[in-house]
Amino acid sequence: MLKELKKPKDIIRLETLRENLILRSRLTREIRNFFFSKGFIETDTPLIIKAPAPEDYINAPQTGALFLRSSPELHMKRLSAAGFEKIFQIGQCFRSGEISRNHNVEFTMLEWYETNQHYDGLMAFLREMLLDISIKIKGSAIVPFRGNDIDFSADWAVYTVEEAFNQFASADPYKAIEDNEFELILVEKVEPNLPKNRPVVLKDYPAQMAALSKLNPKNPKTAERWELYLGGIEISNAYSELTNYNEQKFRFAKAHANRKEKGLPEYPEDRDFFEALESGMKEFAGCALGVDRLAMIFADAPDIRSVNSFTEFE
Amino acid sequence: MDVSELKKGLKVEIDGQPWNITEFEFCKPGKGQAMYRCKMKNLLTGSTMDRTYRSSDKGIEKADLEEREMYYSYKEGEFYIFSDVETYEEMRISKDVLKNQAYFLQEEALCNVLLFNGKPVEVTLPFFIEKVIVATEPGARGDTAQNVLKPAKLDNGYEIAVPLFINQDDIVKIDTRTGEYVERVKKA
Repeated sequence: MLKELKKPKDIIRLETLRENLILRSRLTREIRNFFFSKGFIETDTPLIIKAPAPEDYINAPQTGALFLRSSPELHMKRLSAAGFEKIFQIGQCFRSGEISRNHNVEFTMLEWYETNQHYDGLMAFLREMLLDISIKIKGSAIVPFRGNDIDFSADWAVYTVEEAFNQFASADPYKAIEDNEFELILVEKVEPNLPKNRPVVLKDYPAQMAALSKLNPKNPKTAERWELYLGGIEISNAYSELTNYNEQKFRFAKAHANRKEKGLPEYPEDRDFFEALESGMKEFAGCALGVDRLAMIFADAPDIRSVNSFTEFE
Repeated sequence: MDVSELKKGLKVEIDGQPWNITEFEFCKPGKGQAMYRCKMKNLLTGSTMDRTYRSSDKGIEKADLEEREMYYSYKEGEFYIFSDVETYEEMRISKDVLKNQAYFLQEEALCNVLLFNGKPVEVTLPFFIEKVIVATEPGARGDTAQNVLKPAKLDNGYEIAVPLFINQDDIVKIDTRTGEYVERVKKA
């Protein structure tokens, strides 16, 4: 007699993900189509790298003497410096220890850079892209997500960080940074109260959180940086890119020192990136967007695992 | 301990109290430092609280909790003496820890004793015990209604609500977790 074989758990799991995985494939296809229609070229840069950009709170997993990239930023900027004026990439990035409903150590990032672009222009570009994608893959500008309808055709709700802290937390972001409470207030008071019926942007981050962005010439207390939220979840981060060699050198030196003080793995400096900056770069702007999270939104999925065929981290 | 070790189900000590993390969420806003949002339940009082920790926060330790199987042996003054199933080591547990459960301790009962920093903080008795009713108003003949209750007394003075048909010297089953009557085991 033939023994009836039980269906393996992993097969059942993948079968239930079928619709989400098909949607994810359509999503990356439409993203590519949009960028190609705007005259961008797709780039591939290394996943295993010598010198990650030093960040205070992002850690690239180490593999031998090298690192898995936490972002394609520095390599793409070297391309921008070489005159590749409109470039994008969809690829894997890695951040140690980041596991949650909305995080996976390995995740998919969309990142693009445009020369002669500004952070406000990037916002208009992304708005057009999300509306276009939404209509192509959902047949509607309105996308239900975790009990709210996100309207991609609506005007985006744009707050400066200072406005958002005042309005939702009656707090001052600069004081919050001094008290080491910026993220606490952001997570506990600001983010839960952001509108969920349309895309929301927090812009003009305090200069202390500029990372690789340019300071706002009109208000040097702030940086030309914004973050997009959909349904209360952070989706995307954009900068007018810092092109000043000395300022970038200074910020990296500080970040390296902070990492050393905290006992985090030290990174070598990306010399080619700095030589590119030193040789002079045109003004440009760049944006990174979490593809898994965007797929989560369009699939109305409960977590990041529901839009990935395999996740090796639990 | 490092805050990044927090996770659901972990038992931690905060301000001298043991807490169980019942819900846990990692968040990391805008390239900033990681936040760990926890819902916690106090293992002694049952009260709950929400706390969000930053990676730089200190003052949270793994709770030193241990569960041991022990037999109840005898009462000595205000203390109840238990002995460890494996080591036979004796432990004195006060009425404050046992509260009403003291009424349901029976010799040789196998109990679970929760130790926090080496001190007993909770005793889990066998869920059901049988006790004799030593006093109650006579039951109405033929009245088998379960939902109408009257007061009754155990040999140790504990007052329990029982159905009308229960009589003195009946043996009843009691749930030690709630202290309530379950069923009649034997008619007097």
